[in-house]
Amino acid sequence: MRDGFILSAEKIYKSFRMGAAEVSVLKGVDLAVKKGEFVAVVGASGSGKSTLLHILGTLDTPDRGVVRFEGRDLSRLSAGQLSRFRNKMVGFVFQFYHLLDELSVLENVFLPTMAGKGIIGWFACRGWAKKRARELLCQLGLGERANHKPYQLSGGERQRTAIARALMNEPRLLLVDEPTGNLDSATGNGILNVFEKLNRAGQTIVMVTHDERIAQRAGRIITLADGRIANK
Amino acid sequence: MYKIILSFRYLFRKRISYLAFLAVALCVFIVVVVMTVMTGLVTDFKRKNRNFVGDCVVGTESLVGFAYYGDFVEILEQADFIEGVSPVIKSYALISPVGTERSIGVEIMGIKPVEHNMATGFSGTLYHRKGDVSKAFEPAYDPNLTGCVVGIDLWLVRDAKGRYSYEASPAETALAVSCFPLTAKGALAKAGVGMINTKTFYYSDNSQSGLARVDSSLIYLPFEQAQLLCGMAGPVKRANAIHIKFKPNVKVEDGCEKVTLLWQGFAEEKSGEKSAHLLEKVTVQSWKDYRRAFIAAMEKEQTMMTVMFALVGITTVFIVFVVFYMIISHKSKDIGILKSIGVSNANIIKLFFGFAFLVGLLGSGVGLFAGWLFLLRMNRLENWLFEHFKFQLWDRTIYAIGDIPNQMDFRVLAVIVLSAIVACLAGAFLPSRRAASLKPVETLQVSQL
Repeated sequence: MRDGFILSAEKIYKSFRMGAAEVSVLKGVDLAVKKGEFVAVVGASGSGKSTLLHILGTLDTPDRGVVRFEGRDLSRLSAGQLSRFRNKMVGFVFQFYHLLDELSVLENVFLPTMAGKGIIGWFACRGWAKKRARELLCQLGLGERANHKPYQLSGGERQRTAIARALMNEPRLLLVDEPTGNLDSATGNGILNVFEKLNRAGQTIVMVTHDERIAQRAGRIITLADGRIANK
Repeated sequence: MYKIILSFRYLFRKRISYLAFLAVALCVFIVVVVMTVMTGLVTDFKRKNRNFVGDCVVGTESLVGFAYYGDFVEILEQADFIEGVSPVIKSYALISPVGTERSIGVEIMGIKPVEHNMATGFSGTLYHRKGDVSKAFEPAYDPNLTGCVVGIDLWLVRDAKGRYSYEASPAETALAVSCFPLTAKGALAKAGVGMINTKTFYYSDNSQSGLARVDSSLIYLPFEQAQLLCGMAGPVKRANAIHIKFKPNVKVEDGCEKVTLLWQGFAEEKSGEKSAHLLEKVTVQSWKDYRRAFIAAMEKEQTMMTVMFALVGITTVFIVFVVFYMIISHKSKDIGILKSIGVSNANIIKLFFGFAFLVGLLGSGVGLFAGWLFLLRMNRLENWLFEHFKFQLWDRTIYAIGDIPNQMDFRVLAVIVLSAIVACLAGAFLPSRRAASLKPVETLQVSQL
């Protein structure tokens, strides 16, 4: 990790084909995030901020450019290593929560730990995982909701469940995509409080949002415009 | 572990999963029932044929028969792998109840009942003399008369349920049996002087082998009498076949091989004899080869059934494919979520394969149970249908079937269950690969919700 940067992106290009036309979304984005930073990426709708977040979390690949995590070029990782990277190093929080309806709230939270282990490994750490998942839910005010199904929760509760899931494996980096975009302002404020608290505890967070007021809650704001970083 | 949990949840909480599950259960049910009945019929038919023939037959197709059979019987009786040996006369005859103008064309088999019972299951086919086969040709009403055992369908009529109305004791009936005796060269022995031999026999018992053709056209006669009728009791006596039963620990193929060697040596030894030419057409056949013409047709039907059910299997694969394709289309968001938390492509495939395995296992389990239940009550159901609607799967007045076979063969069941699971995995293969290749960013987009 050079200069304390946990994550860096160099000259990231990404374009999508829409019918016959090729639309360039990212046109050489440079970005670096220090360990323990809370960075907000803001930009208008369609500016490419979600695409950038997906590339940083290896859910998508850039056409050109390099993403480094703790100094390692992520493009050099194999498919298996990338899966392990997403499981251990990164936690995602999406605008639409993306919880599995077939699982209870508690199961959704410990799912990343279960996914990272084989059957024997899971049985060995099952007690710990369930305890940690319950603790996270309690910290986020969802202790009573552990056995509910996601569709029985409100939007704010679902988002807090998604945050608990993202934190389950103690990731070094939290990637957050429009976390309050689907919530009322009071609930959204509560969610942002959670991120602030986490950041104060040392959690590195990269959050994308189109709302400048929400971005103000972050330690640093990066504006994305026309596929490039407008300020750092 | 999540793969197991999600597989179960997808199966029980998605209504569309029930469609795949029911398709598998239904296919397994049909295959279990039909294959059990078909296998039962074929197995039963083979058992009856073996019972009728014994393990091995040394014989010739020619009605002239072959000479020196007695010498070969002696050799066979000394062999340590043989349990029973029975020389047999086979020919065709006309029978007519004495005092009537009616004649029926039949096959005749001249046998020594005790010896024949040692080589075949003869006594088990009798009704009145089941317990004492030595008296098979002694009519109960007058043991001094020469008896004959008549194929049951020549004698008794079956009711609609396939039951015979047996008489308490054999009714005194004289049957005139007429044959064309043949010389050792195959010429008519009595050419120009009446042509035929006729002798009267008295009905002593009936024989039910369970083989429709045998029971409706065969009459057993005492060996020596049949030999006389067929002109085979000359200075060099002839017979048409020798039926053999091997000791229980001897495989049929091995036994037949040994008999073939013995026969080859015997034929060589007799090569200089006057009637040695009759030995040239004698063959040694296992019971299965000997009855091939009858068994092959049945086996062909079974093979056709198997092919038909392979097509049913392909339909199952297609149904599972469609259902899985639909499930994966519905579950693309889940796939994106799983990938975002670090589930690999291989594990996505394993998840859906696990789901397919469960569909196959539980579907075939339910189909198997339903099939077992149906088979258990099938005969009762058929009886009920017959009593109320006169419906029968097989008309018992025509087919020599008692109960419909419903004994499940566990090897067949294992093959059916395995095939169902493999069909499910095959049906899930392409959709699972498609699931694994989905890009999480595409599935997690707002438009996917």
